[in-house]
Amino acid sequence: MVATDLTAPGTWRPRLRTATTALGARSLAVVLVLGGWQLLYLSGWKPSVVLPGPATVAANLWQQLGDALLWEAIATTLGRALTGFGLAVLIGAVVGALLAQNSLLRKAFGPIITGLQTMPAIAWFPFAIIFFGLHNSAILFVIVIGAAPSVAVGVITGAEQISPLLLRAAHNMGLRRMALYRHVILPASLPMFVGGLRQGWAFAWRSLMAGELVVLITNTASIGVLLENAQNLSDMPAAMAIMIVILAIGIVVDAVFGFADRLIRLRWGLLDTGRQQ
Amino acid sequence: MSSAPGSGQILMSPRPAVGATVSLEGVSKRYGAVVALDEVSLVVRNGEFVCLVGTSGCGKSTLLNLIAGLERPSSGVVDIGGRRVALMFQEPALFPWLTARGNIELALKARGVHRAQRAREAGQLLGTVGLADFAGARPHQLSGGMRQRVALARALAQDSDVLLMDEPFGALDAMTRDRLHEELERIVQKRALTVIFVTHNVREAVRLADRVIVLSSRPGRIVEEIAVDLPRPRSINTSDVAELAAVITTGLHDQGGEAGGRH
Repeated sequence: MVATDLTAPGTWRPRLRTATTALGARSLAVVLVLGGWQLLYLSGWKPSVVLPGPATVAANLWQQLGDALLWEAIATTLGRALTGFGLAVLIGAVVGALLAQNSLLRKAFGPIITGLQTMPAIAWFPFAIIFFGLHNSAILFVIVIGAAPSVAVGVITGAEQISPLLLRAAHNMGLRRMALYRHVILPASLPMFVGGLRQGWAFAWRSLMAGELVVLITNTASIGVLLENAQNLSDMPAAMAIMIVILAIGIVVDAVFGFADRLIRLRWGLLDTGRQQ
Repeated sequence: MSSAPGSGQILMSPRPAVGATVSLEGVSKRYGAVVALDEVSLVVRNGEFVCLVGTSGCGKSTLLNLIAGLERPSSGVVDIGGRRVALMFQEPALFPWLTARGNIELALKARGVHRAQRAREAGQLLGTVGLADFAGARPHQLSGGMRQRVALARALAQDSDVLLMDEPFGALDAMTRDRLHEELERIVQKRALTVIFVTHNVREAVRLADRVIVLSSRPGRIVEEIAVDLPRPRSINTSDVAELAAVITTGLHDQGGEAGGRH
């Protein structure tokens, strides 16, 4: 809040310390989970084919990481994710911008959009498969329908939350139409927009995983197909290794969004710098 | 040129007086059944510093919005002769994603100033308000007084002839406010700006103004005008400022029952 915050070099050290502490806490949590798993495995509660230990799964993962098939599958799946999410962002942003500008449209279509958000993606698959057949487009359709509403809602709330005072100031400065949009409305709604993107991605990723398990396309390796194969072969170590890959991808992408989100909030002054964790 | 003794209505003239920058003739503003402003006539001369005082709800801010062109009068004429008007609010209303310099440069850009010149002018304006060292700071990193300084610099960047200020220092502590009074006085004199300044603080009005206009509330009317002839630079703590302020405050209290009458 105060001007003394500006002495930037001094704030680095404590920031580094909190970062190391956070990293330590996270590693500890992972160690605890792995330890619990190992104990459960050692207890002999389930046969090792049904519940393999961490070492077995790690070995399987390591082996799969050396196999081109896994990377091919990751490439297919991420390609779909990016295409689907990209389409969802495009459609969501356009719809959101239209609704943000017109309150009548917003009143009419707002409830439909929030309704779509609450709809589980998997419920769309029968529709999508009948409509598109067992094709990539069925999966992409479900990703878009799952993620676009969140993006649109982000755009709408972003535009709604702009302070009228800022708009008055901008108006008084002589900013109109495109200049007003580019210099004030867009940056002012950016934090909300990024929040919408992040949530949209979460929906997209879930829809994609569901889709790859339901819409099996022949001769294409994807993460969903690898999971399905593991299930058919009752190969638990392989299934769990793939799950770890899915988890890792989710965490990495979410971290990217989280980083962007924090960066924007920090710049916009929405984050209380004195209260960081 | 200056007002005749008596109530504000006397200022009505067929054409604005010579040197008039802002003139209002019989301006009323109604919101449904509520009359915010009733037949307000006012002429502000070039380079004059006018303070509007009155209790809350007397339509002071409405008056500024009308002059700024953000609202239209229900009846009457607002004539600013096509001059440019810069607004400053009680809240700094800075764009949080821009630095202090960025906020000022955006105002310059909106005015059509070239890029190279923007940087130079923004630097000068930051110096004018004493924030040369804080060019790269974002609004949330600045104190309340500093933010208002940036807002002042941004308003100056609009290079307008008239500066409209809506209780700009109302949220600041007394010491910061006093310092900003001094700076405002200096800047206004140097640039020969015309200022219309709204406040509910009568002493602040006497401290700053060439002329104090007292508005009654509901409906908002001009009930009194006081020319302030005290020598500059002034201080809010001197006895002459305090005495004149006391006189005006008494008038404000008396006006309660007979609002709209001859003062």
